[in-house]
Amino acid sequence: MRLSKAWIVAAKDFRIFMQKKSIIYSIAGFELFISIGLPLIIKYANTRKNGFPVSVLPGLINSFSFWFVIGAAMLPMSMASYSLIGEKIQKSLEPLLASPITDDEILAGKAFSAFIPAIATNFIGALIFMLLVDKITYNKLTYLYFPNWNIAVTLLLLAPLVSVLSIGVNVLISSRFNDIRATQQMGALILLPLGGIYVLSEMRVISLSVSNLLIMAAVLTVVDIAVFSLVKTTFQREEILTRWK
Amino acid sequence: MLCCLISKTGGEVKIGGYDVGNDGDSLKIRKMIGLVPDNVGLYDELSAYENLDFYGRLYECAQPQRQENIERFLRMMGLWDEKDQPVAEFSKGMKQKIALARALAHNPDLLFFDEPTANLDPESAKAVRDLIVELKQQGKTIFLNTHNLDEAQRICDRVGIINTRLLAVNTPAQLKNSVWGSRTVIQLEQVNDRILAAIRNLQPKSLAAEGNTVFVDVADPLKENPEVVRAIVSAGGGVQFITERSPDLEETYLRIVRGTK
Repeated sequence: MRLSKAWIVAAKDFRIFMQKKSIIYSIAGFELFISIGLPLIIKYANTRKNGFPVSVLPGLINSFSFWFVIGAAMLPMSMASYSLIGEKIQKSLEPLLASPITDDEILAGKAFSAFIPAIATNFIGALIFMLLVDKITYNKLTYLYFPNWNIAVTLLLLAPLVSVLSIGVNVLISSRFNDIRATQQMGALILLPLGGIYVLSEMRVISLSVSNLLIMAAVLTVVDIAVFSLVKTTFQREEILTRWK
Repeated sequence: MLCCLISKTGGEVKIGGYDVGNDGDSLKIRKMIGLVPDNVGLYDELSAYENLDFYGRLYECAQPQRQENIERFLRMMGLWDEKDQPVAEFSKGMKQKIALARALAHNPDLLFFDEPTANLDPESAKAVRDLIVELKQQGKTIFLNTHNLDEAQRICDRVGIINTRLLAVNTPAQLKNSVWGSRTVIQLEQVNDRILAAIRNLQPKSLAAEGNTVFVDVADPLKENPEVVRAIVSAGGGVQFITERSPDLEETYLRIVRGTK
């Protein structure tokens, strides 16, 4: 596989995304909510009478940090679906597939164009989140909560793995739908287990400890491999031209 | 299939010495091909220049050459001044021209045009036909898929008639000749049985009369037509006009297609 070809496709898709104001606003809005909104919730709660007990705070911050995993699934979803459904709607797949580029290079290009901006904005959001949380909680905790292994595993392992899964699932769904909204709604199904984990962590049913996050990452790795082997059989030139709706 | 988009079902095809159907050769074949599909398939959000530049990069056209080709073809299509406008703002005809420029920008030897003049106004359609003729004169091999048989007759060297399978292939003239033979149309002052009998004595392939017009099919018109005229005159007929019937490709197409049903 020639990465240079994949980059050409990714750069083209990225240029198109930059003109889709709805995508940019939704990404920016979501990142603002988790990077600034969630620390503000902690700050607001602390200013109330008694505030959070110190013992509760780390668990709450860990749960809030899990939003970056949810974000890693949500952000590439809109990009991946626009990228593939957009090609289908504009009927641009035929000339693209007729050019000297392999199926894997196209797929990699599409994946890069969804993965890189999503992960980059997630990292920027996480940086702001960590700075704000440290500033807000320092007096109460008497130490800087971030950086720690928990956020490192969340951002460097779990978030990328979830992004890859989201992209893979969206490619599979895009092969069967011609409507961006329907694709995104179907793709949003992968948010359900992640939302479930978040809710359970808030309810203290499970702990988002480093070891649990590592177990999730291991499971996700296996799921990613399975999904991408399915994607590879779906994203075949002939399959796209003859069987994709 | 020839563009290496779908697998071949049978037979053997070589393009530029490379084997269609061999995965290892498909990238090299695609690099030699320029395609204008039925749907132009441009990126509406990108400008005309960006669309062509994207494909120029995919076809590994070096930057100076790529810029030169894009400018050349956009100027040729009369769209250089609109090069930075998003394609979404273009008319169907303008988009078709961009799709043609896209197919040509990497200077391919083999071109596949799927109804390239569909959606175009008469002036643009003529410009495209002129361009195809020019490309043909440059030695490019062009496959033109069209339902416009007048267009095919005017610009194609060889025409294949396909109706679920290839029914006939030849030059337009030979194709027509193979279906209609060489029919001579003779306008007489008056047709009567004596004249028709005189022609029938020459044993033409077919003979028909309609009003004062006689239709005669002969194997060798250059040799037999003078004999036909002499027979008419000696039977007391008066010849007003004599001409060769020239059916167009559309009639030929219909005859071939209906003949196979």
